[in-house]
Amino acid sequence: MEKTRTRKTTIDATGIYYRDLNAKLRSLVSQGIEDIEILNAYGQRYIGTDLNKPVTIEITGTPGNDLGSFMDGPTIIVHGNAQDGTGNTMNAGKIIVHGRAGDTTMLSARGGEIYIRDSVGYRAGIHIKEYGDKIPVLVIGGTAQDFVGEYMAGGVLVLLGINVENHPASYIGTGMHGGVIYLRGRVEEHQLGKEVGVAELSETDRVTFTRLVQEYCRHFGNNAEDILKQDFIKLYPKTLRPYGRLYTY
Amino acid sequence: MKELWKINNPHNDDKVIDACSIFGAMDVSGKAFSGTGVIKAISNMHDRSNGLGGGFAVYGLYPDYAEHYAFHIMYLNEAARHETERFLKDNFYIVHDEIVPTKPTTGIINPPLFWRYFIDIGKHKPTEMADDDYLVDKVMTINATIEDVFVFSSGKNMGVFKGVGYPEQIAEFFRLDEYEGYLWTAHGRFPTNTPGWWGGAHPFSILDWTVVHNGEISSYGTNRRCLEEFGYKCTMQTDTEVVAYALDLLVRKHNLPMELVAKVLAPPFWNDINRLPPGKKELMLALRQVYGGLLLNGPFTFIIAHEGEMIGLTDRIRLRPLTVGEKGTMLYLSSEESAIRLISPELDNVWTPMGGEPVIGRLGKPLPSHKEPAGALR
Amino acid sequence: MKTLVPPQFRVVRDPERCIQCQVCVNQCSFNAQYFDAEDKVVRTREENCVGCHRCAALCPTRALTITRNPMDYKANLNWKSGDIEDIWRQAESGGMLLTGMGNDKGYRIYWDHLLLNASQVTNPSIDPLREPMELTTYIGRKPDRVHVSADGVKLETTLAPQVKLEIPVMFAAMSYGAVSLNVHESLARAATEMGTLWNTGEGGLHETLYKYGQNTIVQVASGRFGVHSKYLHAGRVVEIKIGQGAKPGIGGHLPGEKVSADVALTRMIPRGSDALSPAPQHDIYSIEDLTQLIYALKEATNYTKPISVKIAAVHNSAAIASGMVRAGADIIVLDGLRGATGAAPKVIRDNVGIPIELALASVDSRLRQEGIRNQASLVISGGIRNSGDVAKAIALGADAVYIGTAALVALGCHVCQQCHTGKCAWGICTTDLGLTRRINPDIGAQRLSNLLRGWGLEIKDMLGGMGVNALESLRGNRLHLRGVGLSDTELEILGVRMAGS
Repeated sequence: MEKTRTRKTTIDATGIYYRDLNAKLRSLVSQGIEDIEILNAYGQRYIGTDLNKPVTIEITGTPGNDLGSFMDGPTIIVHGNAQDGTGNTMNAGKIIVHGRAGDTTMLSARGGEIYIRDSVGYRAGIHIKEYGDKIPVLVIGGTAQDFVGEYMAGGVLVLLGINVENHPASYIGTGMHGGVIYLRGRVEEHQLGKEVGVAELSETDRVTFTRLVQEYCRHFGNNAEDILKQDFIKLYPKTLRPYGRLYTY
Repeated sequence: MKELWKINNPHNDDKVIDACSIFGAMDVSGKAFSGTGVIKAISNMHDRSNGLGGGFAVYGLYPDYAEHYAFHIMYLNEAARHETERFLKDNFYIVHDEIVPTKPTTGIINPPLFWRYFIDIGKHKPTEMADDDYLVDKVMTINATIEDVFVFSSGKNMGVFKGVGYPEQIAEFFRLDEYEGYLWTAHGRFPTNTPGWWGGAHPFSILDWTVVHNGEISSYGTNRRCLEEFGYKCTMQTDTEVVAYALDLLVRKHNLPMELVAKVLAPPFWNDINRLPPGKKELMLALRQVYGGLLLNGPFTFIIAHEGEMIGLTDRIRLRPLTVGEKGTMLYLSSEESAIRLISPELDNVWTPMGGEPVIGRLGKPLPSHKEPAGALR
Repeated sequence: MKTLVPPQFRVVRDPERCIQCQVCVNQCSFNAQYFDAEDKVVRTREENCVGCHRCAALCPTRALTITRNPMDYKANLNWKSGDIEDIWRQAESGGMLLTGMGNDKGYRIYWDHLLLNASQVTNPSIDPLREPMELTTYIGRKPDRVHVSADGVKLETTLAPQVKLEIPVMFAAMSYGAVSLNVHESLARAATEMGTLWNTGEGGLHETLYKYGQNTIVQVASGRFGVHSKYLHAGRVVEIKIGQGAKPGIGGHLPGEKVSADVALTRMIPRGSDALSPAPQHDIYSIEDLTQLIYALKEATNYTKPISVKIAAVHNSAAIASGMVRAGADIIVLDGLRGATGAAPKVIRDNVGIPIELALASVDSRLRQEGIRNQASLVISGGIRNSGDVAKAIALGADAVYIGTAALVALGCHVCQQCHTGKCAWGICTTDLGLTRRINPDIGAQRLSNLLRGWGLEIKDMLGGMGVNALESLRGNRLHLRGVGLSDTELEILGVRMAGS
């Protein structure tokens, strides 16, 4: 089923149960394999979880929920769509999806980068957080559904809005108390969480933003100049302590 | 059905809590297809269920008896069958009856007996009563008063097959690969507070309406009380039964189109209603004011089906998943995209609908083909 | 006649701290503190102290402590001090015992025997701080169903008037005269700010408050004080008061001393005259008469306002409520055993009526059984102390609640039960202009708004914990309640199961 070259291996995942597939991945990585190709993925969960080495996994098909959850270092490239919980609580590494992704993409991540070519479902980037130089990054080519950036406590979330007329999401950045969202075009006031402020991008913002757009384009072949010349706004938390006055004693 | 309930749920909990996988496939051109793909798709989501319930609904199932109500009945013993058949003969005209073919299946333990009956209402019904009302009344009478029997399917040209086991085991047991229909829904169940019983599996059905469901309705108590005011008796004590009765009330009795029914079950927020244009605003306001007791609150995805129509609906903040796929004249609804891809790798469209926005497939009508606002996968 | 009744309280003054500033003397409206001009020292008449704490709260050096009079009687579980002293009071005066506020006896508080549910695992709790959480409630009569046009886009049902509440807590009826104009203004402004309603009570609406009409319930009671066309049109809801939880079956009597010039103007009676509210409404001797008054008020307001009918919770409330709905009431208000008053005979306050929790449960169940629950909104009052009580009331089946005492406590009331004296040292239940100044409507409105804001947050937290994000999903959802320490009969009437089952 698999052809082992020196450092690269291909697995046909057809009919393989997720536990067996992930056991196989662990075994290969422990043998020093650095490049793994998975063909015909159909819903196997947790791919990339518990592989704490900078290996590359290239997946064709539709990997299952919690792709790269708790991931700490690997790079995952998906040729197809990802489901729910991609990059759940990830710590380091990279996930690149040549397609769309489902709900709660990058939930609670503490680091790492995720690039989605198209759009994502509900609650993307929910509660991503940063500490020191651990700054999670989520770049979405299209747009997101409701509650994008909910509870956001740090990190960078980008909605490039490619082929998007209007962002459909409501409750954008609701509960946001850290990090930043760069969003193409405009959104109505009622679409924003009450904790969110709107501003122009500063010079410092531009530096980060440009780097992320360029990387997105490197993965998916878009023209960075075309994207960068569009209008973007910055969404930021008005306060780090939105609930400071919530309680009484 | 009291006995089945007692035997299988000694806890006699007020409400059954489920987590699940759900799947639906419909050819809007009306062409019938076999259950093989649907079985494959639902079993690909094996890990979303725990072997305590699986089931299928099939439409366009009995073209030879399309004009007759098809009853699927489970019995715990022959005595129950004899008593029920006497009741059927007293109240209906039985056109044809037969045992439902099954085969021994690994993992299927101690199944009830299954029979099906194709019936006419005949002249038993009081003239002032509508056929459907008469039928619902009799089905409820059997289920509430005769012991060890449960009517779990009673619509025309459709049928429900369900029981305790993983969905793929249920499919094998009922030999579902041998049936064809233009619309299939499927369910794999993960009940958390009951050992599972055959009648408690999904789909739930009343007349030709079926519901498969993932999630829990936290507003169950409110919904149930609301329906009881309209004369429904919630005997099954499940969320899903409540949905079936709500549909019966809103669609059959109150004549609301499915687009508005969805706005009763998963209404827009008051703030969103306030922003609607005049006319629409008053309509949404009235629906929510009058039918607030039917708001289904808590995480859910439903696939609802009846003759000629399949509807996918999630709760208004989409706490349970639903992915929609389209290919040619086929509409797919699934808890996970991978299950669709498994049987239809090259889809024309894939998207996840907004919370509370129904996705509706109708016979002879174009596919919803709602294009995702951005970057949708081709 | 010398009274045998001992002082109820002891005022302890710390001589080390007291600076003889006489703030206590000026603040005490009961003459319990006085300045002894001869000795040039502040002294106390303890027999006058009502335990309202006004002096202690305003004492700049915190020199005062008010304690219960520690004098004991011979221990007796049958004859307690209150029973003995009430007899002395009557023996010395020959009168009915009069009191204020609500029933203070130890009748079971069912709220404290009901517990709410929360989600764990099988359904997620919802975080109310970030996700939408809806408390909006529309009160008013609802039709059985909605009709739409064949194409499904046009509403073809005309709904009876609906009134929006942003939070299901309204301010209960407290009349101008019983309470001061500043209290009315505080209530009106807070209701307006918080998107809820306040209630004029039966004493009319002062002309300066007409501008808050959209958030006002105008009450029509047996005395018909201040009731005229402009008044009826000013309100958002018109409420017919049949009875009151503190004194079911009893009329009212605002003493002439409280009928100041402004009160007289608002009530449209001569200044200084007693304002008498008859026990019954003399145009309602039967249920068909109630219909007549309801429709008279609907005609008078051109069917633009819901008509509410308020009764005291009594033994057969369920049957009465059913009749009220059928008589055309759009809103039913039940005021329970612990409902308060500005003045009531103590024997009535303490012995008549039933607990609101049981009344609510039985009325809601009865209306549902009859299939007419949707035809009227159900509002309860009498004994709501906190947002937990509100949530439990909603779960038992209420659409909204009234708070009276809780609102007054927010304004500073210390529940000393002296409302009937007209001497309220906190300036709440009085029309003495020297005292009413003590309530600043700016601060009063803010305190009331803050209370509702805090309760709103707490209700949202409870809803989110139960996994629902709209109040209507808790309404009547008795499965979200469990009882503790209740008998089977009590559980059955409440329609809830024992905790653990």
